[in-house]
Formats: sequence, C-alpha cells, structure tokens
Amino acid sequence: MQYLVSVIDDKSNPGSTDRQPAISAFNERLIAEGYWVFAGGLADTAAATVIDNRGEQAVFSDGPFVESKEYLAGVWVWEAPDLDAALKLAAEASKVCDRKIEVRPFL
Amino acid sequence: MIDLREAVTRAHHEEWARVVAALTRRFGDLDIAEEAAAEAFTTAVERWPADGVPPNPGAWLTTTANRRAIDRIRRENKRDDKHREAQMAYHDDPPEPVGAIDDDRLRLIFTCCHPALAMEARVALTLRMVGGLTVPEIARAFLVAESAMGQRITRAKAKIKAARIPYRVPSAEDLPARVSSVLAVLFLVFNEGYLATGPGTDPLRHDLTAEAIRLTRLIRTLLPDDGEVAGLLALMLLTEARRTARVSAAGELVPLDEQDRGAWDTALIAEGHRLVRERLAAAVAGVAPGSYQILAAINAVHTSARDMRDTDWSQILALYDQLVRLDPSPIIALNRAIAVAELDGPQVALAAVDRLEHRLAGYHPYHATRADLLRRLGRSQQSRAAYDKAIELAGNTAETAYLTRRRDQLR
Repeated sequence: MQYLVSVIDDKSNPGSTDRQPAISAFNERLIAEGYWVFAGGLADTAAATVIDNRGEQAVFSDGPFVESKEYLAGVWVWEAPDLDAALKLAAEASKVCDRKIEVRPFL
Repeated sequence: MIDLREAVTRAHHEEWARVVAALTRRFGDLDIAEEAAAEAFTTAVERWPADGVPPNPGAWLTTTANRRAIDRIRRENKRDDKHREAQMAYHDDPPEPVGAIDDDRLRLIFTCCHPALAMEARVALTLRMVGGLTVPEIARAFLVAESAMGQRITRAKAKIKAARIPYRVPSAEDLPARVSSVLAVLFLVFNEGYLATGPGTDPLRHDLTAEAIRLTRLIRTLLPDDGEVAGLLALMLLTEARRTARVSAAGELVPLDEQDRGAWDTALIAEGHRLVRERLAAAVAGVAPGSYQILAAINAVHTSARDMRDTDWSQILALYDQLVRLDPSPIIALNRAIAVAELDGPQVALAAVDRLEHRLAGYHPYHATRADLLRRLGRSQQSRAAYDKAIELAGNTAETAYLTRRRDQLR
C-alpha cells in the first residue's frame, strides 16, 4: 500500500529552517526499513506555474497556493502495510520536519 | 408472537456485533459484513415464526449472513473479473478457531473508533456496526437528516477501506491511547442521552444511555483488566441510577440537592460501587487511576450520601484536585468550584468561577453555576443576568425550564 505523505507549512507560522540533517537521517532510516519510495522538497509556491489548456489556447497563471496561508512544502511516497504503520511514521516525520503532515492513500 | 419478538431482539443485542465482526474478518469489508448481517436478521424475522427459533441463533445468523455475503460477492464478481481473485483469497482462508470470536468484536470496535476518523464518524459507525442501531435510529439520536447520517457512515467505511485502516487489536504500547479513543466515543453517546443537547428531543434519552452502557459492558467483558473501562462503566451506572429522579413530573431538571434519593436505582448504585471499590483496591496497590475512575469515585461519594449535607465534600474536593492534575480543562475546574462552594462558601467559589470566564463564556453550565452562586450571595440582579445568559445558551428543555423557574424566583 502506498501513501502520499505531504509536508504542510504555514506562511504565517513557518517551521524551523534547520531541519535538513534530521530529515536526511530519517530518510536513511525509511530506506533501511523498506518504507521509502520517493521524497522531494519543493521550491517556494511563488515559483509555481499553472497551465490551463482546456480552452482554445493555453493560459498561464500563478499556482493556487501563492495566496494561501498553508501550502505544500514537500512530499514523500511511502510503502507501508496499513494506515497505522504510515501514521506512526508520519508522527515521527512531523517532529523531524517541525511541520504538519498529511497522509493520503493512493488508489 | 411476543416470545418470538423477544427472541429476535435478544439475538440482535447479543449477536449483531459478533456476526458483523466475524464477517468483516472473513471478507475484509465492513460494507459486505453490515449488509449481510442486516439481511440475515431480516431473514430471521421472516423465517423464525414458521420454522421456530433455531437452537443456536448466533450460529444460524452467522451461517445465513455468510451465505448472503458470498452471494453478493458472486454477483459483483460477474461484473468484475479482476475483483474475483482478490475476493476468492478470503474464501480460501481456513475457518478461525472459535476462541477468536471475542477478538473479532474488539477488532471491530477499535476499527470503528480509529483516531483517523472524525469523532462524529466514530460515533455513528460504532452505533451502526457494533451497536446494530439502524441509520434512521442514529440519525434521530443526533438530530441529523437520515441521508446525511447515511453518508457519514458510508464515508467512514470508504475511508477505512481506501486508507487501509487495519482490522486488528492495537499493540500493547498503543493500547491505552486507543482504548481511550473508544471510551470517548461511548462517553459521548452516554452524555447525549444523559442531557440531550437539542430542544426538539426528550431531555433524557434512555435509549442512548442504555446503549452506551451495553457497549461499555461489552468492552469490559473483552478488556476486563483495563481500569479506565471499569471506571467509565461505574461512572455511567452511578449516573444512570439517578435518572428517574433527575426530571420532575412537570418536565423540569431536578438538581442533585433536590432529588428524591429514594428514587435512585439501588441495584445500579451497588454495581457501580463494586466497580469503584475494585479500582480503589488497584489504586492502593499502586496503579494510578485515570480520569474516568476518578469521576466514578466522585459519583460514588454522591451516591453514598443520604442528602446534600451528609455528602463528604472534602473527599469530593480531594478527588477533583487529583482530577485537575490529570486534566487541566476549565470544565473540571468549574465542577471543582461547585465542591469549593460547599466547603468554603459561595464567595470563594465565585472567585474561582470568575477566573474561567475567558475560556467558558459560551458554555451554559458556567453561567448556570455563576447564577446559583450569585443567588446564594444575595446578588439578585447579577444572578438574574447570569440565568438569562445560561437560558439563552442551554438547549435541553428540562434544564431551560429549571433555570427559568430559578430566575423567576429571584427577588
């Protein structure tokens, strides 16, 4: 079972910026224990571009999260046997990242 | 006919959770289990009058429900070949040993009360899957439209399936937190029955308190060594014992000091006191009690007293002090202040209550407590204002009636 694990940051109350060493160590453990599928941090929401080509021509705009208080700061994909296992890791991830974590199953 | 209806009702009470739990394990799907169990009970209602009640109703219901579930899976498999392989894997599972049945019900309870589900979804799902209440019954209980309640339950089942919330008893290290999640669900159901929140319903809902007690008894059977389970059951029993004395013939809530203590249910009190004594013995042996056990002990002190003056208020205050250390919520502090009023007088208590204003301004018992303390201090005008505020915020009809009379008696 794979889960998308989103790291949620808050512009008005951001998590601390010194978390990278702890996150790297946590990633090493995810890999060693077989949970790790993918991980990546994301650039600022201001760097995002939305393309809408459903109409006659492609329209470019800023991402929908430029204005929002909470935004996606990074993602993992984990392989876990069930939600309890994923939530247990997510509780650790939240401490490690100093941010909120959303766990969402893939179909 | 009456015997037959009793037999079906009894089977429903005793066997519903067992049937749903066993089917959920076998087929790995709450939806299939619920539907098949419901069909089995419908079949019982149709067949038992002619065929007679089977010697082992539980086994009959489980077998019938199993057949219904397999029928449904076959129907669905015709539509979806890929699905078949997955479902057939469940069929090939060897039958579980008989002793696993109780664990199945526990699995079901822990799944329905999983912390990843919203509280209102946990309540609805537990009443449906474990309690066997129908969707319309649950909708009525919480004053929610039937369609909305149906959707709430459907969504919760879908989340369990899609997110793969496991069907198992939590590990020992997770057990205390998960049990407390289960108890919170049952306490919420009980409290809604103890003091219904809506103006459009009976002030006391015996159906809900009875259901909460029944389910807590079940969990007590399954987890006999858990102190908080015993504590919550004792708390419910000692509260339920006072039910008939809590509303007057005129439909007004009767406060503790005015209740006819002769109308209290002595059997429930005796059972509650037994449980509290059992937990006290554990506490003496060094097991620290949790919140429900302390609340039960407070209620044991109340139900041991012949009247309000005879109540051991210093014992109650000591218990509240213990509770405040475990749970620093302002609601506990408010209840503690009521004990303070009996020991140190309304002036001291009012000072303590006033300190809670910023946290409890929207909570009607805060205003009702202030109104009563101000009344006892002879500050009628302020008391009236506090009663007004309490009446405005209270939803329970019997409580509104009581508060209104008290306000109108002020001079």
